[in-house]
Amino acid sequence: MFAYYLDLAMRSLRRHKILTGLMVLAIALGIGASMTTLTVMHVLSGDPLPGKSATLYYPQLDPRDSQDVRPGQEPPAQVSWMDGMNLLKAGRADRQALMTGGAVPIQPPDASIDPFFEDARFTTREFFAMFHVPFLYGHAWSREDDSNDARLVVLSRRINDKLFGGADSTGKMLRTGGKEFRIVGVIDDWRPTPHFYDLMTGGYADSEGVYLPLLTATDLKFPTNGSRDCWGNGANIDAKTALCTWLQFWVELDTPAKAAAYKQFLLNYSRHQKSLGVYQREPNVRLRNVMQWLDHNHVVPSDVHLQFWLAMGFLVVCLVNTVGLMLAKFLRRAGELGVRRALGASRRSLFAQLLVEAGAVGLVGGLGGLLLSLLGLWVVRMQPSDYAALAHLDLSMLLATFALAIGATMVAGLLPAWRACLVPPALQLKSQ
Amino acid sequence: MDIGPILSTLRRHKITAMLLIVEMALTCAIVCNAVFLISQRLERMHIPSGVAEHQLVMVQVANIGIQPDAKARTQADLDALRRIPGVKQATLASQVPFTNSSSNTSIRLTPTQKLATVNATQYMGEDLIDTLGAQLIAGRRFRADEYLDYDAVVHNLDLVRNHTPSVIITKALAERLWPGESGLGKQFYFAGVGVRVVGVVKALIRPSLSLGDAAAHWSMVFPMRMSSDNANRYLLRTDPKDRDRVMAAAGKVLRQLDPNRIVLAKKTLDQLRADFFRNDRAMTATLLGVIVALLTVTALGIIGLASFWVAQRRRTIGVRRALGATRAHILRYFQTENFLLASIGIALGMVLAWGINLFLMQHYELPHLPWTYLPIGALALWLIGQLAVLGPALRASRVPPVVATRSV
Repeated sequence: MFAYYLDLAMRSLRRHKILTGLMVLAIALGIGASMTTLTVMHVLSGDPLPGKSATLYYPQLDPRDSQDVRPGQEPPAQVSWMDGMNLLKAGRADRQALMTGGAVPIQPPDASIDPFFEDARFTTREFFAMFHVPFLYGHAWSREDDSNDARLVVLSRRINDKLFGGADSTGKMLRTGGKEFRIVGVIDDWRPTPHFYDLMTGGYADSEGVYLPLLTATDLKFPTNGSRDCWGNGANIDAKTALCTWLQFWVELDTPAKAAAYKQFLLNYSRHQKSLGVYQREPNVRLRNVMQWLDHNHVVPSDVHLQFWLAMGFLVVCLVNTVGLMLAKFLRRAGELGVRRALGASRRSLFAQLLVEAGAVGLVGGLGGLLLSLLGLWVVRMQPSDYAALAHLDLSMLLATFALAIGATMVAGLLPAWRACLVPPALQLKSQ
Repeated sequence: MDIGPILSTLRRHKITAMLLIVEMALTCAIVCNAVFLISQRLERMHIPSGVAEHQLVMVQVANIGIQPDAKARTQADLDALRRIPGVKQATLASQVPFTNSSSNTSIRLTPTQKLATVNATQYMGEDLIDTLGAQLIAGRRFRADEYLDYDAVVHNLDLVRNHTPSVIITKALAERLWPGESGLGKQFYFAGVGVRVVGVVKALIRPSLSLGDAAAHWSMVFPMRMSSDNANRYLLRTDPKDRDRVMAAAGKVLRQLDPNRIVLAKKTLDQLRADFFRNDRAMTATLLGVIVALLTVTALGIIGLASFWVAQRRRTIGVRRALGATRAHILRYFQTENFLLASIGIALGMVLAWGINLFLMQHYELPHLPWTYLPIGALALWLIGQLAVLGPALRASRVPPVVATRSV
């Protein structure tokens, strides 16, 4: 029966080429626009580390002085050196890492390449294991190297390609920030999206090119990237004692029970600091996992949301348009439908036939929409924003395109099909 | 034209007519809001900076390693930059408009005030106000003996704690701190240090607008000399036509003085502004695209339905023609019909536009939609409707009266 309906649909669509064309065009435009923005939303609001992110938590403490206290205030978005080091050394989580963004000048061994600045991450060793960073060559530095000012560096694949032509560079020396560093590892392509572990350096920033031990970089006074929030007379020169928050601290807690215990530990830590007179405020802690942290920071740009709503509005207009055109088309065929009814076709089969026709329009419109959304995503990639390069259609969005196109046209076809089925056969036959 | 017959015809095509009305209402509502959003973006992109934008060039450098004689090197850099033909002024600035990189602090009106009054940005650099071309509207410039080395102050806060240093602020900040007063001679406090306002500039935009456009001009300028240890943006003032040449020369001069230095960016302030607002520009283009697409789809829908109606009413039209209606009558019939539908759609669309605006206000910090935007949507819809219906209506007017005499 379906094949017969499809055949009828094709005949009818071919008969009214302009009307069919208008319907397909409207669907294609609506689907194209909405799938473009939906894909961008999908990419930008995705899970940076699927399967892992639920066990990664971002502790926040409130070490600020008693000025500017407001009830229900959020603790600072980062931690101070002192708190970060205390939590790191306490080692209460399964894994933990303290880090900040930075920028270092690199003087390539090959003199034909000009010195350049590269975004760096100053971090402690468990960063790599905790965030599932894949190693191409070598490995992370050792636990001891975190605390002995070791001059070691891990390179990204991009930098290794640039400086060493992609060869295994572990063991070689690299002049970084005017000092010699030994390369211990090269990581493979790795770009978590969003750049969840440090939103201060850009929510969709590319991952860094070089990784240095945090203590080494801090002792060498390498410049940091990101934001630094100070209180009191905090803008002190020594980063280690400054009354400023400027580091990100991440912990891995494999079970919810451990997470609850860790939160309690943060509260106890805050109380202890207050009893020592270091903290002036009541304990004020947060412990969010990756997705909660991204959500809390509204990491998806509001322009992207706005574009999504615009596209949805546009899709609705396109669908209303299609309903109108389809209604016109179906009612125009009242005569033909009357004949089929008179020859014994039930309303139900007429209804099915018309819905198949609507679905066929949706399928063709969906194809057009797919092409348009590929074009739309290409336009998005031309945009200057740092997430632009990420806008690609994946398989799930491809399938969603067709599901949306066909589903939407079927819904749009319901009313016209129902109206057309109500045609009394006798009246139609008589007027012929 | 009598609209009675039109209404009674439309009553027999209720659903189709309603769909057309809904489509036009939605289009009208979205177009009104999109035009409003575009105007907001344009306003933001043209926010005044208060500086001589067309005359400024920024060169950002980075040194490798820490330099022991940063102060002397900075002086040598500035001397060399000032010797470039065409350079009127040159300084090393702590921060530059439209770069997104800024230092900000909370201001209190009394030293013991619990909650800070406002958060403002701090500009520093020798002769920064004149180099930027900010316009002093009250008070005086800094005296040469007021300048302190930034490094010395950070290492020893007593340098500023024991006497009240001068500050020059913007008119907007003065108005925010002391409404209705010039602010001249007043004191305020930050980080436990009191400062006194000696001058007021007309405007000076913050490097970052992340605190909202209302706070865009809350800026302060301090009499501090920067050095290559704590600042890396050289600002040069020159004639607009010399900018490119000066920019290239400045990059070369700075590299010559220290071959190990990396020039991170060389840009005119016009380029910095363009980069700063690139997302707004992209959004404006998107919104324009949406408006065009919406009007196109709606026009196509009107053409489709009108064509269908014309075909359906061929016989009626023939009868009317046979009974004496002229072609102009038929033409006007379809035009009036569309005008009526569009008018109902527009009326609904206005209400909907208001609703969408309320939704956007909740989520995107937008102001109320001024009523002046509503006629834009109305006009667009009437125009599109009339243009779209013209083709089918003309076809209708060409239906010969003889159709009436045919049975089918």
